[in-house]
Amino acid sequence: MFDRLVPLVVSSLAAIGDLAIFAWRAARESFLPPFEFRETVRQIFELGLRSAPLIAVSGMAVGVVLSMHTRASLERFGAESMIPAGLAIALVRETGPLTAGLLLSGRIGAGIGAELGAMKVTEQIDALEATAIDSFRYLVVTRVVACVIALPILTTLMNFAGMLGGFLAETTATGMSLTLYFTRAFSLIDLVDYVPATIKTMVFGFIIATISAYLGFTTESGTEGVGRASTRAVVFSSVGIIVANVVLVRLIFFIFPKAAGG
Amino acid sequence: MSEAAADAAAPAVRLEGVSKTFGTRAVLDDVSFDVARGSGFIILGRSGTGKSVTLRHIVRLMRPDRGRVFVEGDEISALEGPDLSRVRRGIGFLFQNAALFDSISVGENVAFPLRRHTKLSDREIKERATEKLAAVGLESEYETMPAALSGGMRKRAGLARALALDPPIILVDEPSAGLDPITAEEIDTLLMKLKERGGTTLIVVTHNIPSARRLGDELVMLHEGRVIVRGTAADLERSTEPMVRAFMSSQHSG
Repeated sequence: MFDRLVPLVVSSLAAIGDLAIFAWRAARESFLPPFEFRETVRQIFELGLRSAPLIAVSGMAVGVVLSMHTRASLERFGAESMIPAGLAIALVRETGPLTAGLLLSGRIGAGIGAELGAMKVTEQIDALEATAIDSFRYLVVTRVVACVIALPILTTLMNFAGMLGGFLAETTATGMSLTLYFTRAFSLIDLVDYVPATIKTMVFGFIIATISAYLGFTTESGTEGVGRASTRAVVFSSVGIIVANVVLVRLIFFIFPKAAGG
Repeated sequence: MSEAAADAAAPAVRLEGVSKTFGTRAVLDDVSFDVARGSGFIILGRSGTGKSVTLRHIVRLMRPDRGRVFVEGDEISALEGPDLSRVRRGIGFLFQNAALFDSISVGENVAFPLRRHTKLSDREIKERATEKLAAVGLESEYETMPAALSGGMRKRAGLARALALDPPIILVDEPSAGLDPITAEEIDTLLMKLKERGGTTLIVVTHNIPSARRLGDELVMLHEGRVIVRGTAADLERSTEPMVRAFMSSQHSG
């Protein structure tokens, strides 16, 4: 038991060290020229824009369900008029960013892990290098930058879709107008609710892209390895996001005490 | 002698005492050879004897544990960044499975190095890529995706991409692997033309003796990570080394 545990711990620590170096390099090279503008824009489209329908539909569904739960709770206190504002604050501060992060770690993480893994085992990454192209900059840095840019935008979309879902639930139940709903929804939201929580998702984007690209770049053992890289990309980036969220929320409360207030 | 003159006189490729170990297995053990410019240089050997690893060292996809690799006088094994990129642009690499970028069309695969390393206009790039595809008989496949090509066509497309920047050195990993004898001969004919008309240096890894005879001015055989024989095809025929005799005789008809 101990004989097997020690090598496992050692190899896991080595992989975490490698990942840390990989992430540091990705972060550093994101700010150093030459920049791969064309490929980065293409990745924002591929990873970001193509995720928009998933985020919009999921956001609406989450909004409907949250609205139903909020109504059930607030009705008891006769505070139904607070439903739009309560839902909006819940979405903007936490539900939107975390749900978007987890959904995108599934869609984007699996995509990057599988694509780069397949490129690795079919020697396409070697072919890039042999063609005198920096494969790290071309494949990894572009995806990292694209994810860091796309995540806050997609999170904002999720927030709006969630509120729209909340409106649909509310108007079905009470016939409330769209104008009244959104006036009430935005009545209690402050910039300090939106900005730090949304900027937080840039870190989520960095986590998803670096973990998934690392697993793709280190893929071995043919197609079986590609499948493993893809699955691990989703699992590790989801766990990474959930753990990082704890730290980031503490940090936001520390820097913006008002964000913790009601 | 000036540096430029020294470079001009340098062999196309030189390996000096290159050793490489994976885990406990020595894949290359003190391998040295020179490849003359404009020649056809064949690396023979059984599977797993370090032939592909040798090619990977020449384009610096791998670094030697010991020893040095020179390309036209530049020590590629010690280069990084823009210098490495400059030397790599002078080398075309045809991978065993072609390694075409499968997310872009065949034509864009060939255009890719041109888009990255030249200032040509879009129209000029397309013209040049079509020209390279025509040289390998694939001019009608510009818009085709790599997945739709047969094995032989993929290899020809890979060759067109390797030729895109007109490099003075072409590395070819197993040109006939997985191909029928006629297609394999067509690929060899294309490579011959490059050498004879363009003065391109060919370095070809193969275990196909007929192919080695067609393309090779000089041949080396690797066995257990070491060069065991070096010479022309006729020299290898006359070799008394048992491994060389076994290898040459077993493939006489192949």
